[in-house]
Amino acid sequence: MGGTKKKKFERGAATAFVSRNKALKKLQLNLADFRTLCIFKGIYPVEPLHKKKVNKGSTAVKTYYNLKDIQFLSHDQLITKFREKKHYVRRLKRAVAKKNRFAESIIRDSKPVYSLKSVIKERYPTFIDALRDLDDCLNLCFVFASFPHSKRVHVEMVQMCKKRTVEFQHYVIAAKALRKVFVSIKGIYYQADIKGETITWIVSHKRGFTHPQDVDYKIMQTFAEYHSVLLGHINIKLFSDKNLVYPPELAEPQQFIDQDQCLETDRTDENLASLAPAIKTTGETQDEEDDDAEVDALNAISADDPDFIEKSKLEAESVKKLQNLFKGLRFFLNREVPREELTFVIRACSGLASWDYTLGVGATYQEDDNSITHHVIDRPAVTNQRLDRTYVQPQWVFDSINARTLLPAKDYFPGVPCPPHLSPFVEEKEGEYVPEDKVKFLKRIQGEAEEEEEESSEEDEPGAEDDESDEEDDDEENKDSLEKPAGKKRKIDEKKIKSADAKKAKTMAVTEGVLERVDKHKLLQQQQAEDRRLGEMMIPKKHKRLYNKIMTSRKKSSQEARKLQEKKDKLKEQKKKGKKLKKA
Amino acid sequence: MAWDWESKESKLHKKKNVSFNTGMARMGDLGKRKVKVLDESTDNNVSFFQKAEQVPEASDDSDEGSSFSDDEGEDSSSQDEEYVDEDDSEDDDSEDDSDSDEEKNDDQIEEVLDTVTQNDEYEYDSSDEEDVRNTIGNIPVEWYDDYEHIGYDVEGRKLIKPNHGDALDEFLQKADDPNYWRTVKNKLTGQKVVLSESDVRAIQRIQASTHPDGSEGLYAPWVDFFSNEVMNMPVTGRPPDKRSFIPSKWERQRVGQMVHALKMGWMKPRGEIRKLKLTQDPNAPSLDLWKEDNEPDITKRYRMHIPAPKEPLPGHAESYNPPEEYLFDEQEEAKWEAQEPEERRINFKPQKFSAYRSVPKYSQFVNERFSRLLDLYMAARQRKMKMNVNPEDLIPKRPDKKDLQPYPTREGMIYKGHTDMVRSISPDPSGQWLASGSDDGTVKLWEVGTGRCMTTLKFAGKVTYVSWNPNPAINLLAAVVGPTVILLNPGLVDKLVCSNTDSTLDKYEDDGDTAGKKSFVEWSTFDVLDQEKGLRIQVVHAKDVVQFTWHTKGDYFATVQQDGSKSQAVLIHQLSRRQTQAPFSKPKGLVQRVIFHPVHPYFFVATQQHIRIYNLVKQELHKKLQANCKYISSIDIHPGGDNIIIGSYDSRLCWFDLDLSTKPYQTLKYHKKALRQVAFHKHYPLFASASDDGSVIVSHGKVYSDQLLNPLIVTVKVLRGHKTTNHISVLDCKFHPTQPWIFSSGADSTIRLYV
Repeated sequence: MGGTKKKKFERGAATAFVSRNKALKKLQLNLADFRTLCIFKGIYPVEPLHKKKVNKGSTAVKTYYNLKDIQFLSHDQLITKFREKKHYVRRLKRAVAKKNRFAESIIRDSKPVYSLKSVIKERYPTFIDALRDLDDCLNLCFVFASFPHSKRVHVEMVQMCKKRTVEFQHYVIAAKALRKVFVSIKGIYYQADIKGETITWIVSHKRGFTHPQDVDYKIMQTFAEYHSVLLGHINIKLFSDKNLVYPPELAEPQQFIDQDQCLETDRTDENLASLAPAIKTTGETQDEEDDDAEVDALNAISADDPDFIEKSKLEAESVKKLQNLFKGLRFFLNREVPREELTFVIRACSGLASWDYTLGVGATYQEDDNSITHHVIDRPAVTNQRLDRTYVQPQWVFDSINARTLLPAKDYFPGVPCPPHLSPFVEEKEGEYVPEDKVKFLKRIQGEAEEEEEESSEEDEPGAEDDESDEEDDDEENKDSLEKPAGKKRKIDEKKIKSADAKKAKTMAVTEGVLERVDKHKLLQQQQAEDRRLGEMMIPKKHKRLYNKIMTSRKKSSQEARKLQEKKDKLKEQKKKGKKLKKA
Repeated sequence: MAWDWESKESKLHKKKNVSFNTGMARMGDLGKRKVKVLDESTDNNVSFFQKAEQVPEASDDSDEGSSFSDDEGEDSSSQDEEYVDEDDSEDDDSEDDSDSDEEKNDDQIEEVLDTVTQNDEYEYDSSDEEDVRNTIGNIPVEWYDDYEHIGYDVEGRKLIKPNHGDALDEFLQKADDPNYWRTVKNKLTGQKVVLSESDVRAIQRIQASTHPDGSEGLYAPWVDFFSNEVMNMPVTGRPPDKRSFIPSKWERQRVGQMVHALKMGWMKPRGEIRKLKLTQDPNAPSLDLWKEDNEPDITKRYRMHIPAPKEPLPGHAESYNPPEEYLFDEQEEAKWEAQEPEERRINFKPQKFSAYRSVPKYSQFVNERFSRLLDLYMAARQRKMKMNVNPEDLIPKRPDKKDLQPYPTREGMIYKGHTDMVRSISPDPSGQWLASGSDDGTVKLWEVGTGRCMTTLKFAGKVTYVSWNPNPAINLLAAVVGPTVILLNPGLVDKLVCSNTDSTLDKYEDDGDTAGKKSFVEWSTFDVLDQEKGLRIQVVHAKDVVQFTWHTKGDYFATVQQDGSKSQAVLIHQLSRRQTQAPFSKPKGLVQRVIFHPVHPYFFVATQQHIRIYNLVKQELHKKLQANCKYISSIDIHPGGDNIIIGSYDSRLCWFDLDLSTKPYQTLKYHKKALRQVAFHKHYPLFASASDDGSVIVSHGKVYSDQLLNPLIVTVKVLRGHKTTNHISVLDCKFHPTQPWIFSSGADSTIRLYV
């Protein structure tokens, strides 16, 4: 038979991937330049499905790239720019070493610059694509904006990132796009809805900064270079879509209580960075119509599904409520309250915020202003409280935003321990642990008075005999209706055992036989479990691993939930005991 | 002479302190004379000589003049610039006018010379040119008193003492000469020198212990120009360089370079560069990037793009004020601390803060951001299909339980009596009796319904196998004790059947032609004593018998010998003719189990990994099945004859559909440990497997008569009861021949019946 013999590793997976070293050789770049190129162009290594097929039968650990990606890179203009830069550095070094100032200045002036515009357009053909990748971009820009001036990063980069983030925050304020806030121990998470894309970013707490040691600033800077350019382009697009002037300008001429706070040249920037003043629009506004149009569009898309329409309508309503949550409210931030974060969230929900003018630029009204409705304070004690305003802790603001309604301020008075701050990002699935505080929180949102509960608990306390029933009540509250009968049965059984024990202790006697009760429910459960086990036996091998995986993960989560529940119960008990001791 | 003295004096000054330089100059200008630069040395010489020549007419000593001129000539030749005092000459002129005396003239010359020597500061540096007129050196001049010469000049000629006349002349001069009082004699040359007015004044000042200069600001504030203190802008007396007055060549070249660079466009003016940088930032935000959102071209690259997964969102535990149950207790905290950072469930320790202001900076914030960046560009991505599967859907649909009934569901009876593990059991074809063989060397016969042990037969060795003859017309039980197969008639059943059995056995007549044949085994009958016990025939093999199986009709039975010679591993015996044959000259592999086909003349031989089906009539290999397991332990055939099941020591049960393939139709791996026995039910669609994990699993295995339908296999019940001893639990299981019941025997020396 004719035909040439097929050689191994000359087609298929073996040719679709290329190792990193080979890629470097092909592109004639050093590792650092290759890294920069990959960061800019968004090229990442891939994990081949069959390593052996790719690496000529060896399973050695190697980094692989798609050959197509590397081919794509090889045509890129940036490579030429990198070579120019290399050349530039070499020339500059030579001039510096020779102390040839003239040549040095000429070389410095001709530093090669490259544009990342085309790269961005290539990576994100549509604006929505760019928004989808905004999370990482924002995270890094906020990190850079928080860097102090130091040798590790270029000052220009820090300033640029700061500028871009301020612009972005102004957009979120103007568009009222903020949806959720969460204060974690790592930083503050914000979630915004921009053009239908959910964007989440984290900003670290503004505290003393120390540069970590085990971080490569070169890599971070490369990313920051790309991300700051990307964020600039996104910002300008967002601003123009919202009819805002870019770069942002103050809507009203700035007013200064204290003239000496900053340089005259920095005043506008500082004022903008304080996020308190509104920014200028181009004059045309059509926000409301836009929103309606969106809802209509949604309706048109899924007109068949009435549930969906209902849901989306409800959602739109609650979003509108959130957007105007603090409308007409004037906040005053005490000096220990983080200014930037709170101003941002308050303004994003249509509120106004100000602070003592000695603290920073941007204060518009002072503490003695009569129009202040809320005074945010983070101290245990307040001296000379005023009756015409509400004093709250900062958590009230965050919790209110997450609840999308103004929560009763009672729980958040200064000095009062706040109720737990819960993550708004968690949506508990069936079988997962729902913290009791969340249930309470939801109740609070619904406006249900908690007094009843409190009263009942107070009533429970005095009687020692009631304890058992009390606990059972608690149990019943926690358990689902399905489990209820089982709980009751158990109770009966316990009683029986107790009585039996009591009789035994008396004297030897013939006792009446007890009819063996068949627990039908238990039996049924047992049978169901057995059926399930038998069914599991028959799962074909193909699906068995998947099934086991799902089941183990389920088991783990249920275990976790159980553990948390146990912990909670224990804490409750301890609390009760503590109360009793106090009473005694 | 006076000028000499002067020069010495000034030299002394210079040597004493450098800082006196200026003072020296002042001392030099005693007569407040202006210094004039003479351009040409020749001129200088000429004028000098002219001046000098004005005098000699009056001078009485020509030698003196010549010596002077000589000196001056030397001086002038050694120097380019000559300083001459105009004021001085004027002064002298006036003096000349008043008293035109030769002495005065002489004095004038001396003065001129003085100024010349004084102004020419470099003169002093050359010590060899000092006082060249008399070379006698520093010796007492008195030594020359007696001679007419006073010393020698440079060329070695005698310097003749000038003739000053005798004492009378001296006296006359004292009277006549008004300058006599200020005339002094130069000891070295012997000449008379008239001190000038200024000299006299200086001497007078010295005598008065004042400054010889006569200058007034003597005690001016001291300015220390050169001190040990390092000054920011040091004052130096360094004269400006020549190059500071000449246009620079290098600068000219540099300007030329710049002009060239500007022309070529390599260099741009400063302002322009700044402007360019401001206006032409290539990365400045612009609106034209997404002006029209054109759809991306769907390339292969585009399709293969794997977007980076988003970061997981934080849970309640990360809150600064979490619910209390999320905080670590001591145990959890210790565990968290002990774990490697990679294996921790969460990468932070939940904490609770009473106020927002007390939340500290998260120390790992930048590190976490950085690791995310690393993931973005360095982590290998792989597309993974996330299965959104409901696990319930993975469980195969089971027919309703009621449709599968009847099957054994619970333990009905326990047969106790054996003292060691029960290796084998066998219910009789009627289903009324159960035989069991145990390691304690007994065969017990039980009544199934009551659990009563009817008979116990004691044997010399362990009973490894018991099996009832499947023919209901014959009541014959086979028991295997070591190498011996014993056939017995326990006589429990209907008497008619018992006698029938005996008569069939007695029918056999030894035709005696065994001699010619090679005998593998030894057939023999028991004596009368044993006959009464029920023992009938024994077949003694060469080696221990591992397995015994009847043909359905009950006339043939097959045995498997343990590690017998290969050809005799499998033997088929015919009861009616008491004949034995070894069908395989050389069986392949180690034979584990054999079984007869219920209908066709097929014979199944299971080796460790294969099952071979032989056609006994044609005497050829019919089929070879691949078991896909390591070590077959047991085999059974469906009464229909088209399906077989095998059990293996690697805890697998394989169902073969002989019509389908040589590979298992289904492999079930539901036992945790090795399978010991598998069995089909004679009538009901049930099969069971017994395993070392202590369970007997009963499954529903329906075989359809329709060829197109594959068998339906569903597990229906897991039966547990036997205890595990020495890792062995259930050893044998057999179905009841008529009822949906199952017997099992175990290593705990019990037999159990599940109904």
